[in-house]
Amino acid sequence: MLSQWGFVLVLSAIAVIIPVAAIVLGHFLGPRRPDPIKNETYESGVETFGDTWVQFRAQYYLIGLIFLIFDVEVIFLFPIAVAYQGLSFFSVIAAVTFVLILILGLFLEWRKGALEWD
Amino acid sequence: MPELPFPLPSVQQVIFVLIAGLMILGALTVVLARNLFHSALGLVAAFFGAAGLYLVAEAEFIGVSQVLVYVGAISTLITFAIMLTRGMMFGATSPRNRQSGTAAMITLLAFVVLWALVSTIPWPQAGEAIGDGEAIIAGLGRAFVNEYVVPFQLLAMLLLVALAGAIVLARDRK
Amino acid sequence: MNWSDTLIQLQYDLGAPQELSWLVEGITFFVGAFVLANAALVLALLLIWITRKVVSRIQDRIGPNRLGPFGLFQTVADAVKLLSKEDIKPTTADTPSYLLAPVLSVMGVLMALAVLPIGAGLIGTDLNIGVLYLVALGSLGIMAALMAGWGSNNKYALLAGFRVVAQLLSYEIPMVLAMLAPVLLIGTMSMQGLVQAQSFFLGPVNLGVGWFVFLLPGAFLIYFIAALAEAEQTPFDLLEAESELIAGFHIEYSGMKFAMFFLAQFLNSFFLGAIAVTLFLGGWQGPFAGQIPLLGPIYFLAKTFLVYVVIQWIKGTFPRVRIDQMMGFAWKVLVPLVLALILAQMVILKLPLPLWINYLLVLAANLAVVATVLNIMGNYFQSEQIRSKRAFEPKSLIGTMQPVQSSSGD
Repeated sequence: MLSQWGFVLVLSAIAVIIPVAAIVLGHFLGPRRPDPIKNETYESGVETFGDTWVQFRAQYYLIGLIFLIFDVEVIFLFPIAVAYQGLSFFSVIAAVTFVLILILGLFLEWRKGALEWD
Repeated sequence: MPELPFPLPSVQQVIFVLIAGLMILGALTVVLARNLFHSALGLVAAFFGAAGLYLVAEAEFIGVSQVLVYVGAISTLITFAIMLTRGMMFGATSPRNRQSGTAAMITLLAFVVLWALVSTIPWPQAGEAIGDGEAIIAGLGRAFVNEYVVPFQLLAMLLLVALAGAIVLARDRK
Repeated sequence: MNWSDTLIQLQYDLGAPQELSWLVEGITFFVGAFVLANAALVLALLLIWITRKVVSRIQDRIGPNRLGPFGLFQTVADAVKLLSKEDIKPTTADTPSYLLAPVLSVMGVLMALAVLPIGAGLIGTDLNIGVLYLVALGSLGIMAALMAGWGSNNKYALLAGFRVVAQLLSYEIPMVLAMLAPVLLIGTMSMQGLVQAQSFFLGPVNLGVGWFVFLLPGAFLIYFIAALAEAEQTPFDLLEAESELIAGFHIEYSGMKFAMFFLAQFLNSFFLGAIAVTLFLGGWQGPFAGQIPLLGPIYFLAKTFLVYVVIQWIKGTFPRVRIDQMMGFAWKVLVPLVLALILAQMVILKLPLPLWINYLLVLAANLAVVATVLNIMGNYFQSEQIRSKRAFEPKSLIGTMQPVQSSSGD
């Protein structure tokens, strides 16, 4: 099994080397004429004002939180899916209850307006 | 070949040392970086390292779950939290404050306790391979819905409570 | 016979010492990974050409037609041009995250190559958790978008980075749950195992047409829609909303660094298509693929290119959706439907009925999901059509002029 992941390790090394090599090559092949105006932040030619931070909506954080919860749920479902064929009907009911509780959560979110993007 | 004074490290050991180095580097970045976003990136590196260690220990399901949950979800959440707060995002923060001394003491204490534990536990010497990975995952799935069905359902309830917490967050906003 | 076993055996036959087995394996892996990754680079050139050709045909243009036969070498010329561009780094950018982001983005996409089954015995490495591995790679793309958005130190880049991360997160859940359906059906997460299960025997001959899409069309449709969003393709290409966000989170990137994001995006669409082919469209299976091994890769590539062309077809014809509609569609339509689908499949397949009735019931549940999704999408696009027609009809503007419902900002 370890040697299976050995391939992934080697591939990840190559997957890093390729973009790094391309960017380094581009860095040396291209001209270099730095210019204070050119190196400024590009905001449609309008002079940049203030800092980059703009008022973000808390909705983003909320989506991240909901995602985290569902992500954990999905991870638990995968081993059950692999074992599914050998499970008894009552074991499957346990898995179904697990999903139902989370559907309840999704329904609650929906009712309380946490899924509205406004 | 001349006799070496020490046994040649195996490939696994070399990989382990590399991953451990990455984790330590990431952890140091978390603590020492002046920029909070860099701290978050260091945390991601440490998470990746942890996933790598799980893989070296042949726990591939946990390793991949680690990447999915910690890198994919938790570090995104942390980054969102950093970015949502103006002061935290661009101001350079000092890695030290009044609590650094206490924190260092506690960390040292935790290390000593862990060290004492790790060195006294009689670790099983895994001589043989663990077995078919597929069977391990299926065994995990079976355990969820048979032996550990109560904790499993409690976990679902815990996730439900977390969702309810998210709702409170959303309501506060309005 | 696996390619790596063959290659390892070859090295031992050539006289490699048995004690250096780790080196032999390392060389084998290096050769395999090197060939795969470079094939992917060549493939990207072809993909960009296909996109430009398909989209320009839809728009009644010819598309690239000067360099090489059918303009095939246009992308090569473009790549050379990008190489010769100045490497600009904004002075206010945060160097580590700004430079790491394109690398991470390409890495996340290229690593998917490890588990794509191209043919019988032709797979980088057949991991036991292949499906989850592919899902986990998505995290790298999310990190890359965040790093690029933040590292550029540009309002638009940051905004687009946030948007794209919210989009990727929202559509990952329905995508993963849709991928769960075939796993549930046969009880393995190995990609090669999933392909093997889609064979169809007529007597002793494997026709290879037992594709899961025939049993799980609902899961396939939801996977496909979610994959479009994950690949940041139309109608979910919000990050490229030029009128609002200039160019997305990679606005500050130019030259080769931009090319890396571009490469990652095209390859990602192709690989998501390849995963769809593996999970639902039989992978390398097809008539006589078992007898003639060479047919396997041909079937696999033909199917994947077909899916890719369909994605580009959608790109050329569909309007872009608003962000609130997009998020609503993921959480209020796809997630509940796919959860219901998984529940139905879990219960139905354990019912003490003849197997074929079980399968028929699963198919019925899937068809119901397909009908629901198509109905919701149809209603949406119809109402959009009416709305845009009204907005452009001069006489309707007189007297009844009312502000077109503004899209919500961020």
